[in-house]
Amino acid sequence: MDAQTIVFAILALVSLFSGIMVVTRKNPVYSILFLVLTFFCYAGFYVLLGATFLAAIQIMVYAGAIMVLFLFVVMMLNLREPEKMEGGASFFQTLGFIVAGGFALVLMAFFAGNPGPGVPTYPPGAAAYAMGDTKELGMVLFTDYVFPFEIAGILLLAAVIGAVALAKRNRA
Amino acid sequence: MSEIGIIILEKSIVAVFIFVVLLAIVAYATLGERKIAGFFQDRHGPNRAGYWGLLQVVADGVKFFMKEEFIPDRANKWLFIIAPTFTFMAAGFLMAVIPFGDRIMIGGHEVLLQIADINIGLLYILAISSLGVYGIFTGGWASNNKYSLMGGLRSASQTISYEIAMGLAIIALVLDHGTFSLREIVLNQTGAIWNWSVFTHPVGFIIFLVAIFAESARVPFDLPEAENELVGGFHTEYSSMKFGLFMFGEYVHMTIASGLLATLYFGGWSIPFVAVPVEASLWWGLLTFAVFWAKTLLFMFLFMWVRWTLPRFRYDQLMNLGWKRLIPLGLINIVVMALILLWTGGAGMN
Repeated sequence: MDAQTIVFAILALVSLFSGIMVVTRKNPVYSILFLVLTFFCYAGFYVLLGATFLAAIQIMVYAGAIMVLFLFVVMMLNLREPEKMEGGASFFQTLGFIVAGGFALVLMAFFAGNPGPGVPTYPPGAAAYAMGDTKELGMVLFTDYVFPFEIAGILLLAAVIGAVALAKRNRA
Repeated sequence: MSEIGIIILEKSIVAVFIFVVLLAIVAYATLGERKIAGFFQDRHGPNRAGYWGLLQVVADGVKFFMKEEFIPDRANKWLFIIAPTFTFMAAGFLMAVIPFGDRIMIGGHEVLLQIADINIGLLYILAISSLGVYGIFTGGWASNNKYSLMGGLRSASQTISYEIAMGLAIIALVLDHGTFSLREIVLNQTGAIWNWSVFTHPVGFIIFLVAIFAESARVPFDLPEAENELVGGFHTEYSSMKFGLFMFGEYVHMTIASGLLATLYFGGWSIPFVAVPVEASLWWGLLTFAVFWAKTLLFMFLFMWVRWTLPRFRYDQLMNLGWKRLIPLGLINIVVMALILLWTGGAGMN
């Protein structure tokens, strides 16, 4: 077993564990902190795939900014552990369980048929390995994918303007 | 031993060495801060424990461990205990990509005095420093105390606000150097002293300096603890070594921030007008290590100087400065820098 497989196994186990913790904790603060751990593991997967830029962005945007906002809201509202839930699972909980379980089965059936490429092992310096490099990413982003890139930019601009407009209206 | 085994061993030794030096310097920074405070306030500062108070650090450590461990009755016990380690960890992670020196030759092995020279070094710094807020935030909330919660909330909003300004300053820097690797940024600044980024990016430097003061929550941006309004802010309920860990984490953060300022804007480990030798050697490695710490200590002195000179900002002033001054300034800085680079032809004015 090589080093990459070992690291992958550890990351996979931790991400599965923390993912389960996210949905089973009653206290929302615990859920958020475990979700941050899950995101960390995802960043680790990206590093293993040679996409270091994506890993950094994953931590910066999801773990660093979005989850902090989640935590902010939860703490502002001071959501404590809810009182003991009554009875068994509700209709939607059962439904969610069935849907998620079915999806997991479909995924398993798919990957049993095609094992997929697995963890690629590029030698450092190879062309594909350089994909993680920000220079290569920039080149691709501003040539082949410039249209989607610009569209995403305009979407974000619209969101910013919307946020400012909402904040302004509340003040008046 | 296999090749990968040697690399792992080498890196572990470098990491332990750098960690020990860092902790020693951070420990003495707490004494240095009090000595400097004494100097600014025309008094002696600690001078009872050991010669010139040099054993004060040990005395403080023992005191922290001996104090009563107190956890408030209705606090969230797990988060209350784990929160100080978050702060400490996030600050410690940052040291992984900082170039503490050039290559050094030990026993025929060429070793880089940097734990990891990764091609996204600067992004890593931004990513990890955005995590620093979790410790203060969860600690403040878990204490179940309104002053602590206020401190935590302030810390979160302050960090998020100033992170943007810091990112904008870094974007301008990256435009110029054309790389995210901290080692390459240092190499770009070798040679003449005007190659230092502080001369090519004066505006970016000022934005970065202010933002990093706010990120490490030092005076005049120490709103999260603001003892005159919030008792002790996020650490009101903390005592014993858990408080010690918060305080130590703050000093680690300050040290790393000083190291970053030195690396990004003041040439890091490089010496002006001295060319980097092609062959690595023991003395050159040690010299660059010393130069890095000399520059870093200067910035740590600046942090302390400001702390004992300026009063604290008001909260609305803090937000106004961040959102209405620094962020527009940062955006203008990027546009101007991009225009200059376009004019002079491509990235890398150096």
